[in-house]
Amino acid sequence: MGLTRFLIRRILSGIVVLWVVSTAAFFLFFGRNPEIVARQLAGRAATTAILQEVTRNLGLSQPILTQYWHFLDRTVHGNLGLSYYNGGVTVASIVGRDLPRTASVLVGGVVLWLAVGLAVGILSATRARSLFDRLATVGVLVGLSMPTFVLGEILLLAIYLPLNENGYHFINTGYVGLSSGFVPWAEALILPWITLATVQAAVYTRLSRGSLLDTLGEDYIRTARAKGLSERRVIYRHALRGALTPVVSQLGIDVGVLLGGVIVVEQVFGVGGLGQDAVGAISNGDLPLILAFVMLAAAFVVIANILVDLLYAVLDPRVRIS
Amino acid sequence: MSISEIEFQASTVEDAPAEGIQGRSQWALTWRRLRRDKLAVASMIVIVLIAACAIAAPAFAALVGHAPNTVYPNTGLSASGGPVSPGTHGFFLGTDELGRDLFVRIVYGAQISLFVGIITTLIATVAGVSLGLITGYFGGWVDGILARFIDSVLAFPYIVLALSLAVVFGPSLPIVIGVISFFSWAGISRVVRGQALSIKEREYIEAARSLGAGPWRIMFIDILPNLLAPVLVLATLSIPAAITFEATLDYLGLGVPPPTATWGNILSGAQSYYSVAWWYLVFPALALVITTIAFNLLGDGVRDAMDPRTERVFAAGRRKRKKRTPATDTPTPQLPDPPRQAMPPTA
Amino acid sequence: MSETLPRDTATTGPGETDDVLVRVSDLVKYFPVRGGGLISRTVAHVQAVDGVSLTIGRGQTIGLVGETGCGKSTLARCIAGLIPTTSGTVTFEGHNITNLPRRQMQPYRREIQMIFQDPYGSLNPRRRVGSIIGDPFAVHKTASGSKRKRAVQELMERVGLNPEHFNRYPAEFSGGQRQRIGVARALALRPKLIICDEPVSALDVSIQAQVLNLLADLQADYGLSYLFIAHDLEVVRHVSDSVVVMYLGRIAEAGPKDPVYDAPRHPYTNALLSAAPAADPEAAASRQRIILTGDVPSPINPPSGCRFHPRCPKAQELCSQQDPPLEVKAGDPSTHVTACHFPVQEGEVLARSGRTSGGQPR
Repeated sequence: MGLTRFLIRRILSGIVVLWVVSTAAFFLFFGRNPEIVARQLAGRAATTAILQEVTRNLGLSQPILTQYWHFLDRTVHGNLGLSYYNGGVTVASIVGRDLPRTASVLVGGVVLWLAVGLAVGILSATRARSLFDRLATVGVLVGLSMPTFVLGEILLLAIYLPLNENGYHFINTGYVGLSSGFVPWAEALILPWITLATVQAAVYTRLSRGSLLDTLGEDYIRTARAKGLSERRVIYRHALRGALTPVVSQLGIDVGVLLGGVIVVEQVFGVGGLGQDAVGAISNGDLPLILAFVMLAAAFVVIANILVDLLYAVLDPRVRIS
Repeated sequence: MSISEIEFQASTVEDAPAEGIQGRSQWALTWRRLRRDKLAVASMIVIVLIAACAIAAPAFAALVGHAPNTVYPNTGLSASGGPVSPGTHGFFLGTDELGRDLFVRIVYGAQISLFVGIITTLIATVAGVSLGLITGYFGGWVDGILARFIDSVLAFPYIVLALSLAVVFGPSLPIVIGVISFFSWAGISRVVRGQALSIKEREYIEAARSLGAGPWRIMFIDILPNLLAPVLVLATLSIPAAITFEATLDYLGLGVPPPTATWGNILSGAQSYYSVAWWYLVFPALALVITTIAFNLLGDGVRDAMDPRTERVFAAGRRKRKKRTPATDTPTPQLPDPPRQAMPPTA
Repeated sequence: MSETLPRDTATTGPGETDDVLVRVSDLVKYFPVRGGGLISRTVAHVQAVDGVSLTIGRGQTIGLVGETGCGKSTLARCIAGLIPTTSGTVTFEGHNITNLPRRQMQPYRREIQMIFQDPYGSLNPRRRVGSIIGDPFAVHKTASGSKRKRAVQELMERVGLNPEHFNRYPAEFSGGQRQRIGVARALALRPKLIICDEPVSALDVSIQAQVLNLLADLQADYGLSYLFIAHDLEVVRHVSDSVVVMYLGRIAEAGPKDPVYDAPRHPYTNALLSAAPAADPEAAASRQRIILTGDVPSPINPPSGCRFHPRCPKAQELCSQQDPPLEVKAGDPSTHVTACHFPVQEGEVLARSGRTSGGQPR
């Protein structure tokens, strides 16, 4: 099929998905009675004057299709609307400020969870039924049973608090931009990363362990061993490739879960990323902000899935041919 | 040998009826195996205890004399206005920042968690099994559409839906139940559909058709009994996932709104006060995690009891009568290891 | 356990004045083979059954033999209405039952039943045996509650099972017993025709005899007709009145069993018979085995003309060009038909096959 054609197809379908999601969200939010919308945006305490101003500014009294058209028009030009609750700043500026934070949490978390998940999984598989394996299995059980936010809070209580109280400030909450240096950036993010990674690592440990065990049982591995290759070579050069494919496809599916995890972690550690903004926007009724978040989330899922598919094609040559 | 000679010899072989073996159903056998599994039994006991606490919540409240949502600023707050520690003034597990009895709130929280866990699992199971069975059996383009839809649901970021619904309708219990059910049925449906697709090719289904059995009879009387095993495992494992999911939604403010006592809500409040009131965080967290672990272990035990060949996932387990070489230490595909996507997100 | 002796040769054959139960006319069943590409098109057809006509009379057993892939199972399922036909008709007692919608087919399902080959696959492992046997009563609403239970137990007894076991699961029975369960299920509504799709192939030889005797008894008691599909010629000879030999979707030879077994006209039939184990060691030693070389060609792309010609020791130019009609050959009774341009004559000894003339490579 060719890489370019594949990419073009996926990007096009991704755009369609993005459009569908945005449209659905828009109509869900703004398709209601304009009064209700205005009140939600302006707040419960808003006076009639403020309500009128809000209605005028956002064009809420216009027919919904007109509003929709305006929305599409300005969105493709990068105008995501205004966020009243944040002092009337543009949503775009909020996104610009907070997206790096979310991205930091995301990237670090994913790297950590994959690394740990795969490492523990591989080690467990190669030492099946050993003490390590059993401990890992217990770890998996706990990890799977614990919601992210609980783990985060416990880490705060058990690690951050004691360290902080005793004068060790290398682990922080909140956020420090990368521009201030790698170490401060990482220090503030280490706990969020661990939290995000642990639950998912549990899943991926189990998955990679099972997948590797399956692969190790296949004939071509027996052949490799019979050829006299060292066990390490057998595992890393031969078995791993096949064993990774279910992990990668699982990754594609887990993007949605990942997103939820990031938001939770932001909330627990006060990172101030987009997730936290969106959650805060609920009680404020800040519709434009949430709408922007929905669109970004959809875009993220689409892009992530394309990347995962590419990675899958790299791992499994059969896919490329089809 | 000719047939007539053979039949002469054969007369004694077949007739001895199998005496003394009772027709034990799959369920009876499963139950027996489950009963012998210590971890599973322990989990069951824990779950029963938790359920008992949940049901008896009003009795507990009456016992200690505190209502779940009532503030007790006089007895429940310290001199500086903070929560009191466990054991003070009859607050068994301490109080929260408003002076509410933490123990009573936790026990009432169990009600919501168990209720949501079970009801969403019920809805998801009924919907998932029906849809999976029907589309798996009939196939065709309807099945194609459903398969696509299931994939979309499974890949969908739950947070987006939860956020959107919460902002439009306001967070509430029905929304929580709706969202969780929506994300749970897809995983079950996928497994059921896959099984139905393979089962409908079996010869006994052909036999049923040759008798004149209609599609509905075949689906529910012939195919469904063969599905129940994996469905039961999935359902049992859906409960802890749903409980976790609900707690997460509450924590984010997208679920049951305060002041209702749910574990997620309590933990959300605990976030601001853990530095001065560790009990505020630890006890509800313990309740949540213990409940989830118990259900997970039970689900694992059920799966093991239904098909002892499957490798245990959670517990390190007893040694099985299996060979030790890694090549054979693989989980058999008999009962699907509930795929990650079969459960609502736990993060 | 039955005490009756092996059955005698029947005196009636298909097409005679006896009541015709089922008439199959020019039945064709092609399965489409879907090709790849963006839109899946049908690129070829598996010609499973390609123009088969036969009749099954009342109280008769028609044996249907052939190699794997010759279409006998497909034919059986077309007659039973389990798969739709491509063309041709199937009539039952004069009524056209070809491709009837389910509701209209329902009454005929009471008359036509099937027994399957795999004793392990043909019974639902999650249902109790009583429920399985009682299924026909439930589906056709002819008996319920205690009446049904009694009927089921009677059936179990009739087929040689202990009626007290009706609450057991199929896993608790042996292979032979499971086939009996299948027989009981098929018998429940007193059908007129039972299609037996290799009912004893999966059983031990010692058990085969019992099941066959059971089928014979039931036929005697209830006047059943059987369409008996098998690949073991000895078994077929034992149970059938008439035999139909199929090859690659077509009938090669058909007729009452004695003429066909004693004087087979089609080279294929000869080959099959020569490969069958003979009861008499002397006769076996003196018999020449006819070895057919090559595999059965694919039914997607059958050979031209006579389908057997690539493997036939007697094949000639004509065979690859013209499809031989199914007709009575010189010296045969009117009920014995063969589809061959050069039928085997009395006393003729067939050479070992080695011909490649006529097209299809071996």
